[in-house]
Amino acid sequence: MQALKYARAASVDDAIRLLRDGGEAARVLAGGTDLIVQARERRREVHLLVDIKRLAETMVLAYHAPTPPDAPPGFYIYPGLEVGAAVPLYRVYGDPDVQRHYRALVEASHVIGGTAIQGRATLGGNLANASPAADSIPAMMALGGVARVVGAGGTREIPVAEFCTGPGRSALQPTEFIVSLYFPPPASRSGSAWERFIPRNEMDIAVVNAAAYLAFEGDTVSEARLALGAVAPTPLALPDVAAALVGRPLDDAAIDRASAAASAAARPISDMRGTEAQRRRLVGVLVGRVLRKAAARARGEEVPA
Amino acid sequence: MTTTESAPSTEYRVIGTNPVRPDGVDKVTGRAVYGADVRLPGMLYGKVLRSPHAHALVKRVDASKALALPGVHAVLTNADFPEPLEPVMQTVRGPQPTRWDTERILAGRKVLFRGHPVAAVCATDPHVAEDAAALIEVEYEVLQAVATLDDALAPDAPILHDDGLASLVDGLFDPVDGKPSNIARQFTLGFGDLEAGFAQADIVLERQYETAMYHQGYIEPHNATAVWNRDGKVTIWTSTQGAFGIRQNVARVLNLPLGDLRVIPAEIGGGFGAKNVVYLEPIAALLSRKTGRPVQLTMNRTEVLEATGPTSGTRSWIKVGATKEGKLLAADVRLEFEAGAYPGSPVAGGARCALGPYVVPNQRVVGLDVVLNRPKTAAYRAPGAPAGEFPVESILDELAEQLDIDPMELRLRNCTALGMPRSDGAVQGNIGAREVMQAVISHPHYRSETVGADIGRGVAMGFWQNGGGESSAYAMVHADGRVTLVTGSVDIGGQRAALAMQFAEAMGIAYEDINSLVGDTDTIGFTGNTGGSRTTFATGWAVYQAAMDVREQLEQRAARIWECAADEVAYDPSDAALHGPDGKVMTFKEAARRLPGTGGMIQGQADIVSTNVGKVGACFGAHIADVHVDRETGKVTVLRYTAVQDVGKAIHPAYVEGQIQGGAVQGIGMALNEEYVYDSNGRMLNASFLDYRMPVANDLPMIDTVLVEVPNPGHPYGVRGVGEVPIIPPLGAIANAIHDAIGVRVTSLPASPRVILELLDEQAGGA
Ligand SMILES: Cc1cc2nc3c(=O)[nH]c(=O)nc-3n(C[C@H](O)[C@H](O)[C@H](O)COP(=O)(O)OP(=O)(O)OC[C@H]3O[C@@H](n4cnc5c(N)ncnc54)[C@H](O)[C@@H]3O)c2cc1C
Repeated sequence: MQALKYARAASVDDAIRLLRDGGEAARVLAGGTDLIVQARERRREVHLLVDIKRLAETMVLAYHAPTPPDAPPGFYIYPGLEVGAAVPLYRVYGDPDVQRHYRALVEASHVIGGTAIQGRATLGGNLANASPAADSIPAMMALGGVARVVGAGGTREIPVAEFCTGPGRSALQPTEFIVSLYFPPPASRSGSAWERFIPRNEMDIAVVNAAAYLAFEGDTVSEARLALGAVAPTPLALPDVAAALVGRPLDDAAIDRASAAASAAARPISDMRGTEAQRRRLVGVLVGRVLRKAAARARGEEVPA
Repeated sequence: MTTTESAPSTEYRVIGTNPVRPDGVDKVTGRAVYGADVRLPGMLYGKVLRSPHAHALVKRVDASKALALPGVHAVLTNADFPEPLEPVMQTVRGPQPTRWDTERILAGRKVLFRGHPVAAVCATDPHVAEDAAALIEVEYEVLQAVATLDDALAPDAPILHDDGLASLVDGLFDPVDGKPSNIARQFTLGFGDLEAGFAQADIVLERQYETAMYHQGYIEPHNATAVWNRDGKVTIWTSTQGAFGIRQNVARVLNLPLGDLRVIPAEIGGGFGAKNVVYLEPIAALLSRKTGRPVQLTMNRTEVLEATGPTSGTRSWIKVGATKEGKLLAADVRLEFEAGAYPGSPVAGGARCALGPYVVPNQRVVGLDVVLNRPKTAAYRAPGAPAGEFPVESILDELAEQLDIDPMELRLRNCTALGMPRSDGAVQGNIGAREVMQAVISHPHYRSETVGADIGRGVAMGFWQNGGGESSAYAMVHADGRVTLVTGSVDIGGQRAALAMQFAEAMGIAYEDINSLVGDTDTIGFTGNTGGSRTTFATGWAVYQAAMDVREQLEQRAARIWECAADEVAYDPSDAALHGPDGKVMTFKEAARRLPGTGGMIQGQADIVSTNVGKVGACFGAHIADVHVDRETGKVTVLRYTAVQDVGKAIHPAYVEGQIQGGAVQGIGMALNEEYVYDSNGRMLNASFLDYRMPVANDLPMIDTVLVEVPNPGHPYGVRGVGEVPIIPPLGAIANAIHDAIGVRVTSLPASPRVILELLDEQAGGA
């Protein structure tokens, strides 16, 4: 590991200033479970760590239900889930509201690393690290997640589905960092699910992962989002495959069509973790599994992870 | 759950109980001093620069930029090694030019594997040393990599060892068809008349198998700390399974007198055979000589995987002939083992053990030791046997299927026994092979039905001959009746406890009254490595003899006190007391208290050598595996697993169970997901624990064990080594279970999900 400096940001503005002054080799530090490893193995040039863990804005974890129709006039709370970028995963999956409304997020964050890693690792770090195989990103995509970003140029929102631009590359500009992640409230009859395939049961990088969100009106799919990981240079949202599910019941034929279309849309490579053919096949299998699970959850069934 | 199958013993007081290990508190509180915890005044930190190429000529090494970096003290290359005084060295796998060992430690003219050390540097802190290593400039002429067995055996293969030194050793790299080759050695075992055997057979099967290269996966990386004093004395702290072996290896490459080199074994975080090889020790010593300061080196995980000693990738061919009743008549086996960059694969172990559990009247086992551009292999738990027995256990399963005989019943019909010949010509001693097979057949797991789709069961045997060798022990009796017991056996599996227990048993005193320690090369007599499942057996025997020595000296002392002849006094461990004439009695504690005033303290000591194969109790195990196969993803899940083993006499049953479970898990790893993945240039693609996929706890069910106790008459307490045999059966048991579940035969391990999917595709295509 090379010598490096550490600074704890006292405020969001302080963090921006530190990142600006530190230049290229200044990096935001959240849990450090990617960054410290990369620095120690000299896979990334780092001279300054800017710790963002002590900021109220990055440590928020709050869910607000949609405003009820009978609420008094003028009463309005922005509904949905806000997860600070530095909130450790164990708090995310341990939160009762997250457990009730965002099951895909629970499933993904529950298997990242092990207990020790989950005590430090964050959704913000998983996203900013922009690994094609990152486990939480497809879940965040399926749940319609949006990254709230600040930087020297002000604040902006980047949908998670548009955040990653290549392996390890993102839409973030210099001095920009993620403050929090926002997820809209799920529809009343909806469900989500996330799965990954790894040869072991723990401590592995996904050969493929997949996430789905489905909402229903009657028997008909009214809303669908589908995303994959480890099958393209970035995590992959599948809007077209999802759109084809909308407006009809989710029967076996529809699931098979979606699985086949997802397999075709995937752009996997062969590496020592899996071959292209194996990954395409797994995409079909996992898409079928997450769709069935999400639909069962939308029906109110208890489906274990 | 542990089941012990032997008559409940009232014979022993301490043996068979499960006391707490003496090193336990230090280990769970983080106080235990491992090699990398050693801190000496003025210590420098070293870093090894390693070859990025699998096969290349080293044209030039320029360290000037590294040496100019502030904080850097010295750089080392192979030129700093002395020319060996003895040109040929003996190794456990045969003689070899000594020069090759210095070149393995730091490359000379050539690098022979990716990760091969090329230079080493030391500096005031590890980070500066890293920076400095990156500043050393090396010019390579890249040669074609010999990446696979096929590459190595091709008629026009690049030759790894083209320096002419092989001619120093008879039978090493003999030319093939008049041309130099990469086959280091080839040998044939066996007896009988193969042709006649096959001619009588009702059924003949012939198959080919492969196993991947696997790493031992010990948690603690290799490390070494050395001080080369101005007076020429050298001290090394290291993580090793045997201080004396390290002393010999370091002394040989540095031309040091044994008496000038002291090796102190630190606590060890796993070895499984691989920590008997020197990597960093001579480098640390030479850097210390250059700088006059202590020097420490520690590997990272990538270095451990790329550049220490995994076990061989193998290819095997087997043909067996049997009667329709399942009686084996003939077996022809050919084993090709990858040695890595230098000769010395464990193919002999594989050949010796392949047919070990069975009586095969006509047999031939051919072994080939082949070099290629991968790290030199080292011992790994029952070296060679998992890959040697996998083909046999697989083909027997097919034989049982085709003959419609229960697979364990088929094995029982061919079970070896006392007096039967082994492939290597030795004769089986008093063994428990039959008892193990019978315990499987009557076990509730084996008798239960497998229920559910794509679920199957497999069984397989394992045989390991175990080791003996030399061990020393001494025991100091203190005036308060406590005893300090020192042995030379590094403790990697609870030996301090198991040895103290044997001493306590022999003396009739409490285990808690013994302080059990591991000595170093200057404080205890010669002792072989902790390996070959020898320690509880051989060092236990030395401990027993040391207790006998104490007893005899106590008898003499009591005779002096009682003014009688020594042979009138007898020490009785059943009441831990000396008994003299006229009903005189003196307890051990009382005798100890009187030692200072009656001639001084006493020490018992012993140095035993045991090489007799009849005395070293061979060991047999049988495993039962139930698996589920996910046909959609190819993932195999182990549902239930039972390991049955003849353990001789379990001194500390909980540790014996731990050995069996640990071995089984490593074997399951070999069967399912572990493997070295190389590209065609000889670059390892998965040199981390993330991608070198050892099983983790939640991949496994609890491994049930059945301890069958057939005492070894060659040991005072019936001990036979237990640590190695459990790694052997899982390969066959899992592969056979997969076949039972989904009807495909895995012939190339590991049976990773990709392999299973491919086999299922073939099955679907063929149907
Ligand atoms: C043993 C182990 C197991 C693992 N297992 C998994 C796994 O199963 N699945 C998986 O997906 N990952 C896994 N990881 C990777 C890692 O834990 C996750 O990617 C984690 O979510 C990263 O979060 P972090 O807070 O630790 O990020 P950090 O390491 O702090 O940061 C990662 C990167 O993102 C940047 N960054 C962090 N926060 C922000 C922000 N708010 N704004 C802008 N940039 C930011 C950093 O500068 C750095 O470049 C594992 C890691 C380890 C060590």
